[in-house]
Amino acid sequence: MEQVLTVAFITGLLAAMMRMATPIIFATLGEILCERAGVLNLGIEGIMLMGAMTGFLTTLGTGSLWLGVAAAAAVGVLLSLLMSLLAVHLGLSQHVSGLGITLFSTGLAMFVYRLAVGSPVNPPTVRPFTQVAIPFLSEIPVVGQAFFNQYSLVYLALLLVPAICFLLYRTSWGLSIRTVGENPFAADTVGIGVNKTRTLCVMAGGALMGVGGAFLTLAHQNMFLIDVIGGRGWIAIAMVIFGNWDPVRGTAGALIFGFLDALQLRLQGLGFDVPFHLFLVIPYVMTVVALVGVSRRASAPAGLLKPYRREEKG
Amino acid sequence: MRIVISKRAPLPGWIQLLVPVGAILVTLALSAIPILVAGGDLLLSYTSLFKGALGTRYNFLETCVKAAPLTFTGLAVAFAFRAKFWNIGAEGQLLAGAIAAAWVGIYAPPLPKALVLLLVCVAGFIAGGAWATIPALLKTRYRVDDVVTTLLLNYVMWHIMGYLLFGPLQMPGSSWPRSPAVEAIARFPILLARSRFHLGVVLALIAVAVVWFINAKTVFGYEARAVGVNQRAAAFGGINVNSVIMRTALLSGGLAGMAGVGEVVAIHFHLLMDISPGFGYSGIVIAMLGRLHPVGVALSAFFFSVVIVGAQSMSRLTGVPVYIAEVIQGMALMVMLIALLLTEYRIKAVRS
Repeated sequence: MEQVLTVAFITGLLAAMMRMATPIIFATLGEILCERAGVLNLGIEGIMLMGAMTGFLTTLGTGSLWLGVAAAAAVGVLLSLLMSLLAVHLGLSQHVSGLGITLFSTGLAMFVYRLAVGSPVNPPTVRPFTQVAIPFLSEIPVVGQAFFNQYSLVYLALLLVPAICFLLYRTSWGLSIRTVGENPFAADTVGIGVNKTRTLCVMAGGALMGVGGAFLTLAHQNMFLIDVIGGRGWIAIAMVIFGNWDPVRGTAGALIFGFLDALQLRLQGLGFDVPFHLFLVIPYVMTVVALVGVSRRASAPAGLLKPYRREEKG
Repeated sequence: MRIVISKRAPLPGWIQLLVPVGAILVTLALSAIPILVAGGDLLLSYTSLFKGALGTRYNFLETCVKAAPLTFTGLAVAFAFRAKFWNIGAEGQLLAGAIAAAWVGIYAPPLPKALVLLLVCVAGFIAGGAWATIPALLKTRYRVDDVVTTLLLNYVMWHIMGYLLFGPLQMPGSSWPRSPAVEAIARFPILLARSRFHLGVVLALIAVAVVWFINAKTVFGYEARAVGVNQRAAAFGGINVNSVIMRTALLSGGLAGMAGVGEVVAIHFHLLMDISPGFGYSGIVIAMLGRLHPVGVALSAFFFSVVIVGAQSMSRLTGVPVYIAEVIQGMALMVMLIALLLTEYRIKAVRS
């Protein structure tokens, strides 16, 4: 027990929490943008995988990590265009369109990766992002090393939270987005392009999902494995509900998930004699339990899941 | 430019039947893109796909064998979606069924073979069904989104299986995550010599008939459909919506569980971590392509089995990665969605 209560353990745990939470924060923010505009994007898991794969291959080919991140964002935007063609412009079932995007992207990611690298005995690796220490702040005892000696992408994720809050709650764009998500007919009446707004939100959201995936192959790990996302996209969908469609609360949920994930890794590392699969299950079970707690009070955007067809009103 | 979508008059029945066929043809045509990108010869790719899946007696029967779990998961998803219970959890329910079947099969009681097989099937069905009732209960009682819970529970069941295969169900003396073999008495008999065509394939066909019967001829089937079309209207009409959703989940999960049973007691004979190459997720595509109709599900399960089995020989002969099968599945779902839209709506691009 004394190993658990050392400062080094707590610092390491908090640092790992940030690393585990970051891809989910990106994905959760991306999904919030989509859902606030009225589009449930179940393509998230596949988009993250494509982002992870594209980012990895781009960095492998060019040696540039940031080019990899940009490519991951771009592929997220491309897949989101497909998603919005199906679910926004054609008004198809958002559930099934999103699952279609995920299945297609999953297949495509494995297909392209295999095409690019063949099947070598040892999978290729890149030199991943290194931590950037923020002067002074990183020297604060216990928390300094955990929060202020992190990957740039971790800082970016945290900076995006207030940025997206500002966008949603303090700008006229944000008002348009929320109106489109709550009442597309009203939005159309006052001259907001419903499908255009939805498409832009899905595209921006897709870029964030792609970057979230790339974090896993360019910072958290340095290689691409087929199960690298491992349901993190679905966790993000759950965090959106858990956070009641609010960026700050969704991020808090992602941090809690990251904490549980980090804790199971650390305890496992200390050789506690508990089967690691039972530890791995904890974050998923806790997420389901948390959903039970919040779902009765959850208030989804009223226009979520509803395609907008001007011709069908009245 | 703006896309305008307007309802069209209902099309005659024969066109409705042709829609999935058209979707399959369009998908196969679109598959040329990834094949060409991978540098595969088009003609050789398509011929090796179909020859590999249907060319010889053994390959054809192998395709039937692969179609069995796909039919079960397709039926599972189709029956749930028909009632608008968004069961994306067929994968986890399949694993639950596989675990139960392995458990019974490894510790098979000294009973006549028919009884042991019945026990294996019942255990797998109940395990899958019970696992599906958890999200159904959360949906009906706590209004938790079923898409999210069914998806998350897939990972929970996968890790439970991991725990069992590294723990109580691990083969003694082995360091691999694999269970001991199931007893011979608990294995599905092979029905056709020189093949792996087993009892489970026939069970899948029987399941198609049973689900058709439930859909078309029973009160439960009618109620499930009513709940799917309009839950509030169904409730006003005196249908106990929660009870219907629970029973739908039980049947849906049970069918998915049966897919796992066959994989354990007819194909692998051990429980393995990779017992399912995503059959549960393929079930979603199959259900949509089959238009949620049991016979349609069986046909589209066969088609995807052709793609999966054929992709292996295509890959061997042309060097196109075997994952082309997954790409085709994803494309098929999207093409089918658009095809369905075209049967109900006219789409016009107009200048705004």
